[in-house]
Amino acid sequence: MNWFKKLLTSGIRTESSEKKKGVPEGLWSKCDACGAVIYGAELKRNLGVCPKCEHHHRIPARERLDQFLDPESSKIEIGAQVEAIDRLKFKDLKKYKDRLQAAKENTEEKEAIVVMRGQLYGMGIVAAAFEFNFMGGSMGAGVGERFTQGVQAAIDAHVPYICFSASGGARMQEALYSLMQMAKTSASLAKLKEHGLPFISVLTDPTMGGVSASFAMLGDIIIAEPKALIGFAGPRVIEQTVRQILPDGFQRSEFLLEHGAIDLILDRRILREKVANILSKLMRIKLNTLDNPTYAD
Amino acid sequence: MNLNFLDFEQPIAELEAKIEELRLVGNDSEINISEEIKRLEQKSRELTKNIFSSLNSWQVVQMARHPQRPHSLDYIERIFTDFDELHGDRHFADDLAIIGGIARLEGQPIMVIGHEKGRNTKEKLARNFGMPRPEGYRKALRLMEMAEKFHLPILTFIDTPGAYPGIDAEERGQSEAIARNLQVMSQLKVPIICSVIGEGGSGGALAVGVGDRILMLQYSVYSVISPEGCASILWKSAEKAPEAAEAMGMAAARLLKLGLIDEVIEEPLGGAHRNIDSMAQQLKRVLLKNLAELNHIPVEKLVDQRYNKYMNMGRS
Repeated sequence: MNWFKKLLTSGIRTESSEKKKGVPEGLWSKCDACGAVIYGAELKRNLGVCPKCEHHHRIPARERLDQFLDPESSKIEIGAQVEAIDRLKFKDLKKYKDRLQAAKENTEEKEAIVVMRGQLYGMGIVAAAFEFNFMGGSMGAGVGERFTQGVQAAIDAHVPYICFSASGGARMQEALYSLMQMAKTSASLAKLKEHGLPFISVLTDPTMGGVSASFAMLGDIIIAEPKALIGFAGPRVIEQTVRQILPDGFQRSEFLLEHGAIDLILDRRILREKVANILSKLMRIKLNTLDNPTYAD
Repeated sequence: MNLNFLDFEQPIAELEAKIEELRLVGNDSEINISEEIKRLEQKSRELTKNIFSSLNSWQVVQMARHPQRPHSLDYIERIFTDFDELHGDRHFADDLAIIGGIARLEGQPIMVIGHEKGRNTKEKLARNFGMPRPEGYRKALRLMEMAEKFHLPILTFIDTPGAYPGIDAEERGQSEAIARNLQVMSQLKVPIICSVIGEGGSGGALAVGVGDRILMLQYSVYSVISPEGCASILWKSAEKAPEAAEAMGMAAARLLKLGLIDEVIEEPLGGAHRNIDSMAQQLKRVLLKNLAELNHIPVEKLVDQRYNKYMNMGRS
């Protein structure tokens, strides 16, 4: 709870009736980066980007897809029935089963990725988005399965595929099953490629480990949001290994762009239009008006 | 041979020391103690059998990392003939953590690629303890694509703690290098057999580990993260590595039961390092058998089967 909320008496404290997810939907929220106090509705209207410092906040998967897909178009969720399974009866300090349960209650999702068939400026598209609040967006067998069902749906409908990743990497509680999802998702994209369909990979904060080292780096076009943490090994692991101070901005989007690892960095507020424009060229499709769209609030 | 005994092998070590002692006595006395030595040797074998019949996951991890564990080069020189090592990724460097080249397996030309950890300190440093950088994976990719061009089956040997977590590796695109290999290997139009011979460390292992058959030596391991890494994240203490190893089920036998790998190759009593020649012969036999099966499958079907194999990974 931020300082401003604490000042409010309980009577005027506003909690929206909806369950809180990702970007705070309270009356006021505080920017994670600059600390500016922002009117909640304004932050949401601004797609989770701080109007003062342009920090891109993490946003929930469904909010992401709502922002990205045409608001008025019909959306069909793909692989919704696929859920994480505790095949190994994994237990560390907590049981995996319990962690899953907590993640489900916390996010109202059943896995760390949401995939939808929808439209972008009238063009058919399949879009996937990671739910970072679901166990750090980690990739287990459920995530791999939903991802590949999304690829198959794109192939079946002959439409492009886009994925917004936000993940700490593979899900350790699924051990080798999760490692194999790297191979599985990458193999499915090879199929998409065979069909001449584009895969756009959007890297959001953070995209690490097994997600970064598989489908996320296999985009025909790889886009990153500003200042997102993107890499294979975590910065702390690297620091402990090489015993050096990491350079400024290491593993951030701008660092990756400079080193030739990604195509471009896009502000979330122009991403939808830019991606549509790019895809219209790759797919040779004339889109509905490319005017700045309005988002239903 | 001065075997490097692990903790759990100490009873064997003590017995072996006793046998050695007796031998020395036997040499300069007239008493015939050969009967006694024979008896103790038999006892040592029984003891080894006994201890190795019920290794836990952490003990298997120690075996997989055994300082005398045979590495890729040990197998390459014993299994193949005419090995021509090929170097470099054609872009940046030659990463010695991964070796590769063309060789013959019972006369049949093949491409062999493997991690190499190195044996002595100097070599280990040069080979970065078998932890590849992007150029290592890109060398492997180049060789695999060449293998496809010339219709050579690909045999890989997996033995790495993981991909190198370094600043330079990140700068040159460690993630992309691994990801590219996963994608390309899933589609290569030649048979691919991957054998885990020691440590299968995460993405760094998988990047040369996508194939038609995944084999593992009996005392090798394969996991998504090192047990120490897993323990320090989930248990908040690297000392819980044995628990993490158990929980992840990373030993060959368990992974076979889970259906994640295709075959476990039995090791000599006491582990591969006790008899490298016999281990290499056994591995060769299994490779030949699998390759003969794969050679019979039309290539389109082979690639389809491989694709389905991975699509079914973790599908309920």
